[in-house]
Amino acid sequence: MRNYEVTFIVDPVLSGDEIKATAQTYVDQLTSHGATIVHKDEMGLRQLAYPINKRTSGVYYCIEVQVSNGEFVEKIELAMRRDDRVIRFLCYRLDKFGVKYNEDKRAGKIGKTKSKSEGDSSAPKGVTKTLGKPKPTPVKKEAIKTQAKMSESKAAVAATVTEEEE
Amino acid sequence: MASRDDIKFLSNPKIGNQRKKYCRFKKYGIKYIDYKDPDFLLQFINAQGKILPRRITGNSLKYQRKMASSIKRARHLAMLPYVTDLLK
Repeated sequence: MRNYEVTFIVDPVLSGDEIKATAQTYVDQLTSHGATIVHKDEMGLRQLAYPINKRTSGVYYCIEVQVSNGEFVEKIELAMRRDDRVIRFLCYRLDKFGVKYNEDKRAGKIGKTKSKSEGDSSAPKGVTKTLGKPKPTPVKKEAIKTQAKMSESKAAVAATVTEEEE
Repeated sequence: MASRDDIKFLSNPKIGNQRKKYCRFKKYGIKYIDYKDPDFLLQFINAQGKILPRRITGNSLKYQRKMASSIKRARHLAMLPYVTDLLK
C-alpha cells in the first residue's frame, strides 16, 4: 500500500459552504478511485506568501490517503486543474518516515518537542570564512594522485570563495 | 597559583573559535522534513527567501537535498515566497 498526501488551496472568495463542498468532492473522488482516507486536515484560511490569481489568501486542505497504486493521481490532478475553485494543488507520495511523522503529529508528539530541540540549534552564522576541508583519507595508492589534484582545486575554489566574501 | 578561572580576559577568549557545524537532522534523528511547516523551513532560507548552502547550514548532503525539495514544495503551495525582501 502506498500513502499519498493531496494538498490543495481553495479560493477564499467562495462562501463557507461552497469551500466545504469543494473539499468534499475531492474526498469523494478519492474514495471512488479506491483510496481510503487516513486523515483529512483542514488547515483553514491562511495568508499566501505571494498573490495567486489576484488572491492573497486561501483555504488549505490536506488529505492523506492510502491506495494500492498511484493511478488516481493523474485523474485527481486533471480534475483539480480543470476546477476554478482550486488555486493550487500538490500530490505527494509519502515515504515510511512521512507516514510516521504524520501519525506522530496527529498524536501530538511533534510540535513542542521539535521546536525545543531545534529552536536552540539555529545554524551558526558568520562562519563562512575558512571552512575546514575534509581531510583526504588515503584509500588507494593510485587514488592519491587524483586526490592531490582534487584538494588543490578545492583549495583554489575555497580561495576564490573567501575573496568574494571579503 | 591562579587557575584559569581567575584570569580575567579583556575580550571574550571564545571569539574567533569556530564552532563545529553539524547536521541537525542526523543529530536529532529527524527523518522526514514536512513541507507544510513553513516556520521550520524558515531556518534554512535567508532574508531574500533563498535556500542557504550546505556550508552554512552544515546539513549532510542527504538532508540538504530533502530540505531543499521541501522548501520548493512549500514555495509552490505559497507557504514560502519565491522571492522577497526582509523575510526575517
